[in-house]
Amino acid sequence: MSVMVDIRSVHKSFGSLDVLRGIDLQVRAGEVTVVLGPSGSGKSTLLRTINHLEKVDRGEISVDGVLMGYRRAGDKLYELREREVLRQRTRIGFVFQNFHLFPHLTVLENVVEAPVSALKRPRKAVVERAHRLLERVGLGDKADAYPRQLSGGQQQRVAIARALALEPTLLLFDEPTSALDPELVGEVLDVIRDLAAQGTTMIVVTHEIAFAREVADTVVFMADGRIVEQGPPDRVLGAPREERTRAFLAKVL
Amino acid sequence: MSSDTLAKVPTAPEIPEPADAPRIVPQRRYGQWAAAVVVLALLGFAVNSVLRNEAFHWDVVADYVTSASILRGLWLTLWLTAVVMVLGFALGTLLAAFRLSANPVLRAVGWGYVWLFRSIPILVQLLLWFNIGALYPQVLGVKTVDLLSPVAVAIIGLTLHEAAYAAEVVRGGILSVDRGQIEAAQALGLSPGRRWWRIVLPQAMRAIVPPAGNMLIGTLKGTSIVSVIAVNDLLFSAQLIYHRTYQVIPLLMVATLWYAVVTSLLGIGQHYVERHYARGTENAR
Repeated sequence: MSVMVDIRSVHKSFGSLDVLRGIDLQVRAGEVTVVLGPSGSGKSTLLRTINHLEKVDRGEISVDGVLMGYRRAGDKLYELREREVLRQRTRIGFVFQNFHLFPHLTVLENVVEAPVSALKRPRKAVVERAHRLLERVGLGDKADAYPRQLSGGQQQRVAIARALALEPTLLLFDEPTSALDPELVGEVLDVIRDLAAQGTTMIVVTHEIAFAREVADTVVFMADGRIVEQGPPDRVLGAPREERTRAFLAKVL
Repeated sequence: MSSDTLAKVPTAPEIPEPADAPRIVPQRRYGQWAAAVVVLALLGFAVNSVLRNEAFHWDVVADYVTSASILRGLWLTLWLTAVVMVLGFALGTLLAAFRLSANPVLRAVGWGYVWLFRSIPILVQLLLWFNIGALYPQVLGVKTVDLLSPVAVAIIGLTLHEAAYAAEVVRGGILSVDRGQIEAAQALGLSPGRRWWRIVLPQAMRAIVPPAGNMLIGTLKGTSIVSVIAVNDLLFSAQLIYHRTYQVIPLLMVATLWYAVVTSLLGIGQHYVERHYARGTENAR
């Protein structure tokens, strides 16, 4: 299968703190990659560099064959104008840990906003599609509610519908269940599982080991800004080769 | 929790109350009663003295309150307030953008402006603009005195003053919006303009409207300061009349009544604007 995300020797530091120290990762189209690792291992930062919410210091990232955030000319990479970066981002759905729904807009308006204003799609078609997406995440009856009137799990499902509204080729999840009460985690994971079954390319940063084991095609274990090991879930979670991975799994399992 | 949700909770099986359960007696608040009586008495005394004091000449007030020159002054006060608020907030929003800019030069200029115009008393500023001809007798070959009428001086001075305060109000409003909102909008590919008008501003308005309402009412009455440069506003119109008739107090009452009426209307307007921007929040009705 073709490579959807190609990350090559990506480095990133915040001041004197090296968050990413040379990341190489390929994600194939249609696969689910789950990124695990202790807090501060750089997994969320890596995810944010993929859609250029975070600029890299070194290295390059391509999504679906398109270099993210830069234009290559000779041996130099020139930063793209914001308008071009924004257009690139519309091909990538991003789901945040804290949902970040727009609180002053209804659920439907949240989902409709980006396709209409960023992609200039006709509003009527977008609204119809938004209703279908809300049905799909089990919230067909909540279109006119405001985010605050929903539970955390429902808000995160709206956020997923909002990301899907752009018909992205890639979905990025940044700890989608970490801000949820335990009894609400399942409903969000169900939606992600459903998307995986339909062959959506996804990268999921999470702490849900059981979910990784069940849904991931590839598990990536990160620590201290590096990828320690990666492979099929059975291998990485069942028979980890690296001491760092074993120590982490011993703590969380 | 509302009472109807409570009503759906199944009732617990009746537990018979023990016959000797002690009755609960609320604390008696004698102090509250005493305070209310004293305050009402003082209030009644004050109102009575105002209404019965002949020197207020309420009949004169009634004669002048809708007179043509007072209404002309009121009209000038109203449109001057509107112009100053609109221009002041437009400039203030630009200055707030300067102060929040990534560009250190713009940040410094924004800060400097706010510092300068909050430091100069508005009365001093108006007199400076009024006498600008002493500093710059000519601009582009035209006499400065001919260029700036008293009304133009009033608009310039009040707007520059207003903008310094508006900049801080708008900046506070923008800072009150969660950083994640902007990130989410960026991740969805929304353009900078769309992010500002659709996502940031409507949420910032919740924090902007109350102090802006305060400023609007303050400006309405603050415009009365332009009477010192002979602009025919509500207060100056009243002054013109009492300089002729010596009925100082009644005409000050005429102006005060109109300020109070407009302030009340603005307060009602503010209530509805606040309700509009409370959509989706816990205060929404």
